Amino acid sequence: MVSPRRRLSVMWIVPTLAALIGLSMLVHAWSSEGPTITIAFKTAEGLEAGKTPVKYKAVTVGTVTAVDLSKDGSHVVASVALMKNAASLLRTDTRFWVVRPRIGMGGVSGIDTLLSGSYIAVDRGVERGFAKAYTGLEMPPTIIHDVPGTSFTIYADDLGSLDIGSPVYYRHMQVGHIASYRLDADGRRFNLQIFVNAPYDRLVTKGARFWNASGIDVSLGADGLKLNTQSLATVMAGGIAFATPTGGVSTPASAQTTYALAKDEAAAMAPSDGPAQFLQLRFENSLRGLSVGAPVQFAGMDIGHVTSIDLDYNAAAHRFPTLVGIEIFPSRLGGVTTRLPTYQGDQEQQAAQFLASLVAHGLRAQARAGNLLTGQLYIAIDFVPNAPPIAFDMQARPIVLPTVNGSFDQMQEQIASIVAKVNKMPLESIGRHLDASLGELNGTLGQINGELLPATTRTMQTLQRTLGTVQGTFADDAPLPQHITETLLEVQRTARSLRTLTDLLGRHPESLLLGTPNDAKPTANTKEEPTH
Amino acid sequence: MTGLPRAKTLGLVGCHACRLVCAPPAAHDDSRCPRCGTPLHQRQPHSLARAWALLLAGVIFYVPANLLPVMHTNMLGSGSDSTILEGVIEFWQSGSYGIALVIFIASVAVPCSKFLILGLLLLTAQRRSGWARHERTRLYRLVELVGYWSMLDVVVVGVVAGLVKFQALADIEPRLGILFFGAVVILTMLAAMQFDPRLIWDGETHERNS
Repeated sequence: MVSPRRRLSVMWIVPTLAALIGLSMLVHAWSSEGPTITIAFKTAEGLEAGKTPVKYKAVTVGTVTAVDLSKDGSHVVASVALMKNAASLLRTDTRFWVVRPRIGMGGVSGIDTLLSGSYIAVDRGVERGFAKAYTGLEMPPTIIHDVPGTSFTIYADDLGSLDIGSPVYYRHMQVGHIASYRLDADGRRFNLQIFVNAPYDRLVTKGARFWNASGIDVSLGADGLKLNTQSLATVMAGGIAFATPTGGVSTPASAQTTYALAKDEAAAMAPSDGPAQFLQLRFENSLRGLSVGAPVQFAGMDIGHVTSIDLDYNAAAHRFPTLVGIEIFPSRLGGVTTRLPTYQGDQEQQAAQFLASLVAHGLRAQARAGNLLTGQLYIAIDFVPNAPPIAFDMQARPIVLPTVNGSFDQMQEQIASIVAKVNKMPLESIGRHLDASLGELNGTLGQINGELLPATTRTMQTLQRTLGTVQGTFADDAPLPQHITETLLEVQRTARSLRTLTDLLGRHPESLLLGTPNDAKPTANTKEEPTH
Repeated sequence: MTGLPRAKTLGLVGCHACRLVCAPPAAHDDSRCPRCGTPLHQRQPHSLARAWALLLAGVIFYVPANLLPVMHTNMLGSGSDSTILEGVIEFWQSGSYGIALVIFIASVAVPCSKFLILGLLLLTAQRRSGWARHERTRLYRLVELVGYWSMLDVVVVGVVAGLVKFQALADIEPRLGILFFGAVVILTMLAAMQFDPRLIWDGETHERNS
């Protein structure tokens, strides 16, 4: 039974199956292999062989397989293996660039984008034809072919926390992003290219204003604490916001219209300041707490700011007065500018003449305390009653506005004068006299205590005894009232008797001599008691 | 020991289920054990053919097991596939020499040595060679014992993929390669089971007789 079977064992199905599986996998892998291309970049920063994906419209369409230095070492060549279905993306003018994402590009979208690596983005070209070797862009292109929208140019003085991909907001909704930025040739400002997606690109009108909406806007100034933020994304990622002020031009702007970036919303939406008028103020006392940029107010309205603070030297008095340069914008006063009188000459001459008339009526500049807590000062231009007249030089350039001390300074002066007056009082002699008077008072009081009081006490005691006696005399059971009562009764009887007598005498006057007549009987008129 | 007769010469067959020594009536292929009823075979039928088939399938599957990734590691958003050898290198470079060694032995050394040993056994048994019989038996026992320890790698991948599930921080998933690797281990185990070790000693009678 050892003879080997000639029949083929059923088990051979297993390796044939295995071979078939292996073969089919091989064929599948080979057939689904897409094209391989090379992209040249200046630097391989962010590129990792085998890991960095190539994305088109956020879909991974390939991977970087190798990153090598070029032969002459001037640039880096990245070999990219694309998927088969991405072969249609390869046109002769297809563009590739490396996107190095930031925290919250367009929003905080999860920890994985925070730390996942860069990727290569693709912009499909339009021209027909295929290419195998490309040169990558260093900056993302401003116009991406397949995404509808419009590009605009923004000029900014400083980049702040803005970066490629920072969102652009309209009424707190993201409508676009920053595509690229570069420094101007003269290095004075940045040229930002923003891309606003359709259909929101028609919200960007000719009169739109852009401002930097990054982070949290906290300001503590002479007018209080202000806190403002656009959204959590801008706190971390920075962003630009725009809006059209009411009454602004509302026709949609064409592509590549330029705008300036304002510092914040208030600065952007404020009506334009109009021409500035520079004035100079001269203060004799020190202005600790006044800083450049402090507001200048007139009649309670903010009409300008401080531009410079310098010291001057007064050789005669050996003093260092402070020279403050301010810039005021008359158009901030609003409609009242139309009702002001006009003068001859250019703007400076007009301003000088107008100010001359106001100064004659008491217009002065003051440094007042805006915030007692921080000691910040601001400049207030106001009419001061009873101000001593000051000569105003209309030809001086820059125009110098006369100043008076601030209210705080005046209070200090008043306090100083009170203190001087108090100082002048003869406090010493008052004190001495007061001392002597007190001593005498002391003696007097001692006298009162020693003599007057005991005497008074004795008097009181005597009085008390007298009152006690009197009381005893007039008590109910005392003999005196009884005697008095009896006496009064007697008197009463006597009086009655006398009345009878006089009555009798009146009727019989001769009775005085003749005696009582016999018929003289007591009449019924008189009430009498039987007399005994 | 050489003086003892062989069951074949005596016409006896041992039942491989209940171990009863039977004397089949004729040179039939479908005689059954009188006690338990299982079919009697003197040697495992088609032992060599089956063992070869399974070994070949295992070798074929070993190629994708090594080329395809076995694991996909996603660490803080950046994910990467890794094959067995890449995993070994990574462990070695990151300082876990022990783990790297274990994985290397379990996933590369053991399967490859199993292929070689089984191939050797099958080849020598087919040609009835009398070379190093004792050693070949020992090798066979070794293959049987060590065979299933290759599953260690599959267990490692399974446990790691099941434990490391920290959403965005770290996430590990198994990939197709480990399936093929598991199939390789199973197929080589089956191949070793199919090989009848008595075939090693079958040529001895001929030698002694010739």
